[in-house]
Amino acid sequence: MNEKIEKVSTENENEYLLEVNNLVKWFPIKAGFFKHTVGQVRAVDGVSFKIKRRQTMGLVGESGCGKSTCGRTILRLLPKTSGDIIFDGQDVSALSRQELRHMRTRMQIVFQDPYSSLSPRLPIGEIIGEAVREHGIVPASEFDDYISRVMEACGLPSYYKERYPHEFSGGQRQRICIARALALSPEFIVCDEPVSALDVSIQAQIINLLKQLQNDFGLTYLFISHDLSVVEHISDTVGVMYLGSMVEYAETDKIFSHPLNPYTQALFSAIPIPDPDAKINRIILKGSIPSPANPPKGCKFHTRCEKCMEVCKYAVPKWKEVEPGHFCACHLYNDAEEEAAAVEEMNAVIEKEGVTEKEEEVL
Amino acid sequence: MAEKKKKRASYISSGESRKITRFNRRVTKKLEQQRAANARNPESYTTKMKDPNNVVEFDNVCTYFFTDVGVVKAVDGINFNIPRGVTVGVVGESGCGKSVTSLSLMQLLQRPMGQVVGGEIRFNKGDGTAYNIVNTPNKIMESIRGNEISMIFQEPMTSLNPIFKIGDQINEVIILHNPEMSKEDVKKRTLEMIGLVGIANREGVYNMYPHELSGGMRQRICIAIALACSPTIIIADEPTTALDVTIQAQILDLLQDLKNKMNSSIMLITHDLGVVAGMADYVVVMYAGRIVEKGTAREIFHTPSHPYTIGLMKSKPVVGQKVEELYNIPGNVPNPVKMPNYCYFRDRCEMRCDKCDGAYPPEYKIGDTHVVSCYRYAEEGEELGYPKSVDVEEL
Repeated sequence: MNEKIEKVSTENENEYLLEVNNLVKWFPIKAGFFKHTVGQVRAVDGVSFKIKRRQTMGLVGESGCGKSTCGRTILRLLPKTSGDIIFDGQDVSALSRQELRHMRTRMQIVFQDPYSSLSPRLPIGEIIGEAVREHGIVPASEFDDYISRVMEACGLPSYYKERYPHEFSGGQRQRICIARALALSPEFIVCDEPVSALDVSIQAQIINLLKQLQNDFGLTYLFISHDLSVVEHISDTVGVMYLGSMVEYAETDKIFSHPLNPYTQALFSAIPIPDPDAKINRIILKGSIPSPANPPKGCKFHTRCEKCMEVCKYAVPKWKEVEPGHFCACHLYNDAEEEAAAVEEMNAVIEKEGVTEKEEEVL
Repeated sequence: MAEKKKKRASYISSGESRKITRFNRRVTKKLEQQRAANARNPESYTTKMKDPNNVVEFDNVCTYFFTDVGVVKAVDGINFNIPRGVTVGVVGESGCGKSVTSLSLMQLLQRPMGQVVGGEIRFNKGDGTAYNIVNTPNKIMESIRGNEISMIFQEPMTSLNPIFKIGDQINEVIILHNPEMSKEDVKKRTLEMIGLVGIANREGVYNMYPHELSGGMRQRICIAIALACSPTIIIADEPTTALDVTIQAQILDLLQDLKNKMNSSIMLITHDLGVVAGMADYVVVMYAGRIVEKGTAREIFHTPSHPYTIGLMKSKPVVGQKVEELYNIPGNVPNPVKMPNYCYFRDRCEMRCDKCDGAYPPEYKIGDTHVVSCYRYAEEGEELGYPKSVDVEEL
């Protein structure tokens, strides 16, 4: 099965719907009367991945690690700082306003909080249909019928059209958000924590709905979540982020059966398992996530890492394919050549720092 | 047509609305008067524990809210005990009455709207007698709250006061309950508490404001405040919901560790089954204001018996267990104002039988500690009795 897919991939370059190369998004920190920039919050700092058509990629990480920023930058809801975002062969960031407007119908987003992402002043039919009318997806005569069909696909009876968001429960509101995204018949949907505000039994309904819609309409998802068990259930591939960088990326089975990066290992060991007899060797991380405005030198995770070595403190680990299809950035998996390069980098940094320290002393 | 009828279901005419308001005013006034009378009579709030090993006993507690749309029976006849040194997990979806149970125990309900209208909550004094929290006057409650029963809230971001230093906020609890302590002793105790919850930089944090700390650190401070007076019972109301998994693991580890050190009991309220499995000795599953199943953690997780518990277990994806499609419990929780008179779960249940059309099922004992409210166990289980509800019209 895997062979087959790989063969196709060599023949058909267009098999990947979305390619992100070295995406960087920094937010400037402004200060003073003239608002000059005094620093940068490195929210997303060099992230690369590809998503195949009709597949789901899960993006996990702690809060503040840049997952959501990454999703929004891909949709160009935020301008990128550098890097490439290639959607179906087109560079999203190079599109003109007109072209982008057209592109918007092909990629949509479902937000985290269904309580604040729906306008309280519009009836449901209008919330779902606003963009449909704006983009002229269907002729005006079929409009009503089309909205009803979309709503039914998302498990909402069509007579809800006249009602307002406050009349609905959290799960139903999330269905409305999904219907709104789906109404433009997109190919790609960014799901930004779509279930984290919902109860367990409602969560299951929404996840099943998302999966079913993927089957019916051939959607591609970028599923952003901090709930690892949900990500494992829904995703085909998983990327783990830490402090703006991707630290590991692989197929779901691979990454969950043997995570390589120490951060991923710690993250996965922290998942609570609903079995009182389960014995888990928890790797409990010390401290909390450092500030992305002033990330640690070298490997960003070295301040909390159990397996921290001397190189980790100075040299940035390279993003590489450790096993086929399993990418990871960690010095533990360096071969001899890379080790030498890392040590060299470390020495260079130490030398440079030594000099600066002396300079400071002189001053 | 069906649409119009549906709309009418939640509609209240002005006449009905006035009727409800008048009723609420009459009932709450009467209950408040009764409360004032009880406060003058120590006999009304001193009782005896059924089992001296328990710290808290909930005995048919009914907490109702008299709202503008009608009476909401948030907690309706629940029975369970919290033994000494044990963690009891209370699980359920939002709106099932978990938090109201804990607020009833702390007497922190929004009065006069929210009232405990029936039953007893017995809190062990330790000398053979017990307080009945329901009738205990405010003066005595003040000395219990934070001292013997303390609470860790869900949102560490909002439960600390932003304009006071961390040190002062912990000091406050200690000074309030130990007015004889000198300033130096209080500070010493506070620093000790900050150290106990795993913060290395004690003096530094003592002088910080809450905004300078991360979510995990703030939750540690909340735990320090809760534990400052070595309470006999800690109520942890969703202590890790707002935190990341890695931080969650830290906090749960800390709570478990401290519980063992202080020999306190924990009442852990959460909707995360994974957290309960890791922490709790006993588990209570609530649905729509009633307990549907209770037992040891092992019984609940290995042999879940109530259809709701089974559904809840199946609907949660578990790492390492692949399923094609998640099970989902059909339908929604019934309207809290108009609860049906049959089993609350019947309309969503896939295992319902003819008996389910009858009254709300009694509790059946199907193991030494395992109790289920479901007619499916009518034959094998020993009947323990029906949950006692209070008739609102009689109030």
